[in-house]
Amino acid sequence: MYEGVVQDLIDELGRLPGVGPKSAQRIAFHLLQADPADVRRLTEVLTVVREKVRFCETCFNVAEAQQCRICLDPRRDVRLLCVVEEPKDIVAMERTREFHGRYHVLGGAISPIDGIGPDDLKITELVRRLGAEPVDEVILATNPNLNGEATATYLSRLLRSMGITVSRLASGLPVGGDLEYADEVTLGRAFEGRRVVDA
Amino acid sequence: MATYRDVAIVLRTHKLGETDRIVTMLTRGRGKARAVAKGVRRTKSRFGSRLEPGMLVDLQCYEGRSLDTVTQAEMIAPYGDRISRDYSAYTCAAAMLETADRISEEHEPVVQQFNLLAGGLSALAHREHDSGMILDSYLLRAVAIAGWAPSFTDCAGCGAHGPHRAFNLASGGAVCSACRTPGSAAPRPETFVLLAGLLTGDWPVVEASEEPVRREADGLVAAYVQWHLERGVRSLRLIDHTPSTPLPPHEVFARTSLGTSRGPRLPPHEVFARTSAGTSRGPRLPPHEVFARTSLGTSRGPRLGA
Repeated sequence: MYEGVVQDLIDELGRLPGVGPKSAQRIAFHLLQADPADVRRLTEVLTVVREKVRFCETCFNVAEAQQCRICLDPRRDVRLLCVVEEPKDIVAMERTREFHGRYHVLGGAISPIDGIGPDDLKITELVRRLGAEPVDEVILATNPNLNGEATATYLSRLLRSMGITVSRLASGLPVGGDLEYADEVTLGRAFEGRRVVDA
Repeated sequence: MATYRDVAIVLRTHKLGETDRIVTMLTRGRGKARAVAKGVRRTKSRFGSRLEPGMLVDLQCYEGRSLDTVTQAEMIAPYGDRISRDYSAYTCAAAMLETADRISEEHEPVVQQFNLLAGGLSALAHREHDSGMILDSYLLRAVAIAGWAPSFTDCAGCGAHGPHRAFNLASGGAVCSACRTPGSAAPRPETFVLLAGLLTGDWPVVEASEEPVRREADGLVAAYVQWHLERGVRSLRLIDHTPSTPLPPHEVFARTSLGTSRGPRLPPHEVFARTSAGTSRGPRLPPHEVFARTSLGTSRGPRLGA
């Protein structure tokens, strides 16, 4: 145990995800020994991020204004809408540079065992949005795990009745991997989603 | 460090650190166990998909002080994957997994609970019956094995032969007019017939029941289970009652048997058809007997009101 404010700092850092007591202590002492200007910059960024950053009113991505930069971008294809669980999934999708449509963040996945049902996600907002925007296709990009798949199943059942094309991201083999090490669920889905080779 | 191998059903998972997960599972030989699965959240993980809730796997772990560590996982039956393609089956499976988690204790072998859960998940994955009825049947049999077997014909208070008209949670099921206490429910006679069918796995009786009767039985089963578990089962609030879509023809023939290197072949769809009266320490009954009839004897004591 350290005295006063040093221990308070260690306790606060230890509340961050993935930071244990030892790591919290190491970060705290790093900050104590760091250049005061660096520490001041860090505190300013923390203050600004909490005050300025909010969720986009349209897609629920993180934004610094009422709408995020993707929703404000006129070059984006409004006919394509990609549904993801978290804002960080948008970053992963953007890294591919393959998708030029817009996004909708659900804020999680359906998980009855944790008490999270459809009403706890931004599904009503999604349906309202689909009624107001000229969307032709909804791409379900929830995580390829049990909760993500079930959320996609629920959404496809809900949205199909609206006459919108609903597609799901393909599951398959990771590039650079060996076939012999692929698990049977992934390999099974790769078979399901196989495509005709044109060349 | 000591290693062990066992057949397990994954009950739930929690994120740990950047890429790991803590997996809570019901094993056949060691009861409920918790283990760390390292790196399973990476897209290139070799066994990440095998350690999703509802999967039946053959595991190798090494023992730790508080948590074990999964070193190998082989798929036996990907029930979770199939169930996730049917939303109502998924919500029912979540309730089954949550109940199994609540009802079992760590390092206390519960072979009957394991077989019951495997059978229930198999029935859901293969869409053998209505998802809600599979769930209700599972819940009744799970609490019966745990020591709170209800009675739907004879009086749960004095044993007087039925049928009776009243249902009391605390007493343990149907009660005669003499044992009836204030607050008892008065379900339809057909509901008692359905509940008895669900408890014993009499599927022709269950299939013949009508929707209002099913709804009434559904409410009584949920109340009964939660009263005896002394806490709510969160998943029950989110059960979806939309009828399941039929399984595509190519999947109807894709049933997986439970044959493992350690145990006999257990066709899980047969396991759920009948219930056994065996105990976790007693001799293993043939799988087709396992879901035949539920005994009222339990490892936790006599049933209430018996």
